[in-house]
Amino acid sequence: MQQELIIEQGKTERQYWRDLWVYRELFYFLAWRDLLVRYKQTVVGVAWSLIRPFLTMVVLTIVFDRFGSMPSGGVPYPLLVFCGTLPWQFFSTALSESGSSLVNNSNLVSKVYFPRMVIPASSVISSSVDFLISGAFLVVLMIWYRFAPSPKLIFLPVFVLLSFIASFSAGLWIAALMVKYRDFRFIVPFIVQFGLYISPVGFLSTVVPERWRLIYFLNPMAGVIDGFRWSILGGEHTLYIPGFVLSCTVTLLLTIGAIWYFRSTEREFADVI
Amino acid sequence: MPLPIISVENLSKRYLIGHKRDAQDGLRHVLENALRNPFQKFRQRNSSSTQEEFWALKDVSFDVADGEVIGIIGRNGAGKSTLLKILSRITEPTSGRIRLRGRVASLLEVGTGFHPDLTGRENIYLNGAILGMSRAEIRSRFDEIVAFSEVEKYLDTPVKRYSSGMYVRLAFAVAAHLEPEILIVDEVLAVGDIAFQKKCLGKMEDISKSGGRTVLFVSHNMAMITRLCGKAVLLQNGSVAMIDSAEAVVSQYILSFGETGSEKVWPETERPGNNKARLRAVRVVDAEGRLVSAVDIRRPVWIELHYEALEVLPPGVRTGLRLFMPDGTVVFSSADTANSQWRQKPRQVGQYVSRCEIPGDLLNEGLYSVTIAADIPFVEVLFFQENVVSFQVEQTGGVGGEHAEKWLGVVCPALNWEIKFSDQSRPASILRGY
Repeated sequence: MQQELIIEQGKTERQYWRDLWVYRELFYFLAWRDLLVRYKQTVVGVAWSLIRPFLTMVVLTIVFDRFGSMPSGGVPYPLLVFCGTLPWQFFSTALSESGSSLVNNSNLVSKVYFPRMVIPASSVISSSVDFLISGAFLVVLMIWYRFAPSPKLIFLPVFVLLSFIASFSAGLWIAALMVKYRDFRFIVPFIVQFGLYISPVGFLSTVVPERWRLIYFLNPMAGVIDGFRWSILGGEHTLYIPGFVLSCTVTLLLTIGAIWYFRSTEREFADVI
Repeated sequence: MPLPIISVENLSKRYLIGHKRDAQDGLRHVLENALRNPFQKFRQRNSSSTQEEFWALKDVSFDVADGEVIGIIGRNGAGKSTLLKILSRITEPTSGRIRLRGRVASLLEVGTGFHPDLTGRENIYLNGAILGMSRAEIRSRFDEIVAFSEVEKYLDTPVKRYSSGMYVRLAFAVAAHLEPEILIVDEVLAVGDIAFQKKCLGKMEDISKSGGRTVLFVSHNMAMITRLCGKAVLLQNGSVAMIDSAEAVVSQYILSFGETGSEKVWPETERPGNNKARLRAVRVVDAEGRLVSAVDIRRPVWIELHYEALEVLPPGVRTGLRLFMPDGTVVFSSADTANSQWRQKPRQVGQYVSRCEIPGDLLNEGLYSVTIAADIPFVEVLFFQENVVSFQVEQTGGVGGEHAEKWLGVVCPALNWEIKFSDQSRPASILRGY
């Protein structure tokens, strides 16, 4: 006989994680759909995922290098900026995509059952394709500047993973909040816009005054971006360990909180959305 | 005795509704509350008096045996959709529980998750995955799905270019090839053209009869319920009113449909409406103004709406009615703006009676239920009351009255026929005549 499934208020926790596994192919299908659809009816298509970080890099280089004369730690400034743009762009795309994903898929939420976490998660996955394309562009950029990566490059996957976790947990928070409070539709663009200047994307985190340094790393992306620079550029780029640990801790707390909040509001999604 | 494949035990679902719900729940309100009373927990605001409780389901229990096809019927708002949503785990019950002993697939809508920009082929995979099929399953049934949907030629066209018929066919085809132990279906067969509906119905019969699968089926179409289902559950205001063979439940439902009388008068404090207009009474009367519950098929019947305007109502305001048959078919809708003298006039404060004449020799014999409404078009609804009164039209020797069985047709109007005759020697005059 089939195993029994009990539907009852609040009694789905164990079942939930099993279902997440049962519906694993849906991650793939939803991400695949987002990718297929994203550049439909655009002229330059996938090139957008290059144009955006490239232009951001150009603008930030002009502002911080030419006008601001910020220190570059002995590497070409565009390279420095791109190492920051790469994770930042991923974070901001993933955050806005997964943040609005539940509301955009409200027809699915109100008509079919599957663990809702699949939706924001697959948005993060589809944003990672842009990340890979920009990553390839970074390689081109390094060849252009004849810049050899540091051997610490083998640690890069750790920071990539960290950026995934940070994006996913922030996206999960926003997605769950947006179901009930559409205000977040307007808040997210602000987070993304301010975040670009608050995070060390266009400059090195070392320009932050010593006494503010630790507090600065409350921003999870500060740790991620520093990690990217440390592992790719090497040389003078050191990892500020207390700051990095703080960033990781914040990310961890953010993730636990996101999963808790998402799970506790999830049962009402279909009624509220 | 084997365990039932579905057992529903004391299931209830409560919704909170309130007139100012949006304002209550808005982010601003939550933040304001938090600032004013930092020590008060957020969830306590639910106890505020503007929120009302509404029990969409109350204490519902029934069992479904393995392989059974069970119909769920009831009026709009009886809780059918809520029950299906809980069964398909879209929303949680407030109390009670359901035990399911098999894999469930639910079909509350055809084409959920279809993306207009994707091609037919891509949507088959996507929709299949959303409905819970694995990639391997979809691949193995792909050809069957395509054949069933009859859209082979357009598989690589984005579905936004499909006609609505093609779209629905494709969507149903995917759903029809799900193979769960328990299938939950909401009113989805009422789509597409007649030929395709027949095909869907055939497929549903196959599923339920050959596969030994358990099907839960919601429909307003009583003929479909009796044809497909062995057993049926009648829901009334969120509770189970009856569980029995489909025939017995359907006839009970049709009877209860006529339980509303030929007159409905609201006491002063309960009159439906708002601060602009209130409904006082609805009556079914004959040409002499007498209340009637059974109407001679050849005689006219009048529906009277008694209401009052509490403030001046702008021109264009209308009261109207809609006539339903027991299976949910709308016979017609009509509004009092059909009266050209009143169409452009504002309505002053005071009492009104709007009467609609339904002529004799129009409705077929049977039971009819009246839903009434008043609104200012595109602005607001003043009142809306479903199934307030009903009446029976009786065959007394009108059109088709010489037959023992009911004359076929939604209506049986007395229509004019002309007959021309010519004798064989002058055939040309027939042609000239038309």
